[in-house]
Amino acid sequence: MIAILEIVSAIALLVGALFTLVGSYGLLKLDDPMKRLHAPTKAGTLGIGALIMASILHSFTTGIDSVHEILVMAFLFVTAPISAHFVSKVHLHRGTCETPPPPPEDKVWATRGQADDGPLAPDQAQS
Amino acid sequence: MAESQAQDRPKLMRRVFPHPLLTVLLIVVWCVITNSVAPGTIVLGVILGILIPFFTYPYWPHVPRGFRPFKMVSYLFLVIWDILVANVSVAWIVLTKRNSDMRSTWVVIPLDLRTPEAITLLAGTITLTPGTVSADLSDEGHCLLVHALDADDPNAVRDEIKTRYEARLKEIFEYES
Amino acid sequence: MNPESFFEWCLLIAIASVAVSQVLAMVRLVKGPNTGDRILALDTMVINAIGLIVLLGVAEGSEVYFEGALIFAMLGFVSTVAYARFKLRGDIIE
Repeated sequence: MIAILEIVSAIALLVGALFTLVGSYGLLKLDDPMKRLHAPTKAGTLGIGALIMASILHSFTTGIDSVHEILVMAFLFVTAPISAHFVSKVHLHRGTCETPPPPPEDKVWATRGQADDGPLAPDQAQS
Repeated sequence: MAESQAQDRPKLMRRVFPHPLLTVLLIVVWCVITNSVAPGTIVLGVILGILIPFFTYPYWPHVPRGFRPFKMVSYLFLVIWDILVANVSVAWIVLTKRNSDMRSTWVVIPLDLRTPEAITLLAGTITLTPGTVSADLSDEGHCLLVHALDADDPNAVRDEIKTRYEARLKEIFEYES
Repeated sequence: MNPESFFEWCLLIAIASVAVSQVLAMVRLVKGPNTGDRILALDTMVINAIGLIVLLGVAEGSEVYFEGALIFAMLGFVSTVAYARFKLRGDIIE
């Protein structure tokens, strides 16, 4: 039983390491700023999820029996979309990606609208 | 139906448990963080679960009405399954496709949802699932801007998100209307 | 090969590949043509660092690394949001 658990956690380690590597490789390989956002937010998050699952499974083989690593995983899964959202807002605000089509119902996208009335970014104020 | 139940509930209960689900969540998180289910831990968790919602109640904008926890659980399992599938497909795209072969586009999704919590959950779900990242919301919250990594047809992406996730979220949060 | 040595090998491979991905993210941090890419690279580096902390905890068989990983996750998220917010509004607390 313990041997099976050990092998399963070893495989989870390999899967997690593979996904983490793919996430960072995608960050380096892809050429468009918005495309780069996809690789780390998905592959990176699942990679860490698998590593943490491996850690939990391994703790059952050594008799520590800890499940609290799952909190780190839950926290990462909740915060990863928010970080990605903020990074894409930065791209939209600074115009470093393709201009999106205008929204069909309202006037503007929120980020563009904010940029007009919010305080200027320091580097914009200087130029 | 849930609306009238909520009004019938005694006022004292509402004051002691302003957010019943938050109380349950806090007890579970406390038990996980201390890594035990001993009676002492649970008692301390219950105390925290009552005190924290009680004292932070004035700072919460409003309590969501008509929330269905059990549908939420089945939705969570659907999303977890989709995350697994999505990660494998995105990893495959990143590893095998050349940059020039990827057809990444913007997709605009007109929203039927009006509750802020539901829109937040939809945006989070979109970011964690197949090749899409939610980028922005229109200024009055009627459309969501989504970036797709590799989509042949933007309309198909839009329709899939609307039928697969938005319809279910509408059932969870806004089924009365 | 018995399960324990198999696990040890997998642990070594995992640590090596997470370290390599940390280096890849660092290359993007140095190269990254614009600010958004640098924020994203920093966020990825924080996530990879959490992975390394978790792996270290597995290797040492100790529970104390859990707190480190949790605090790193929280600080990383807050700093990503603060950096992005600074770029968006020129100010963090309004």
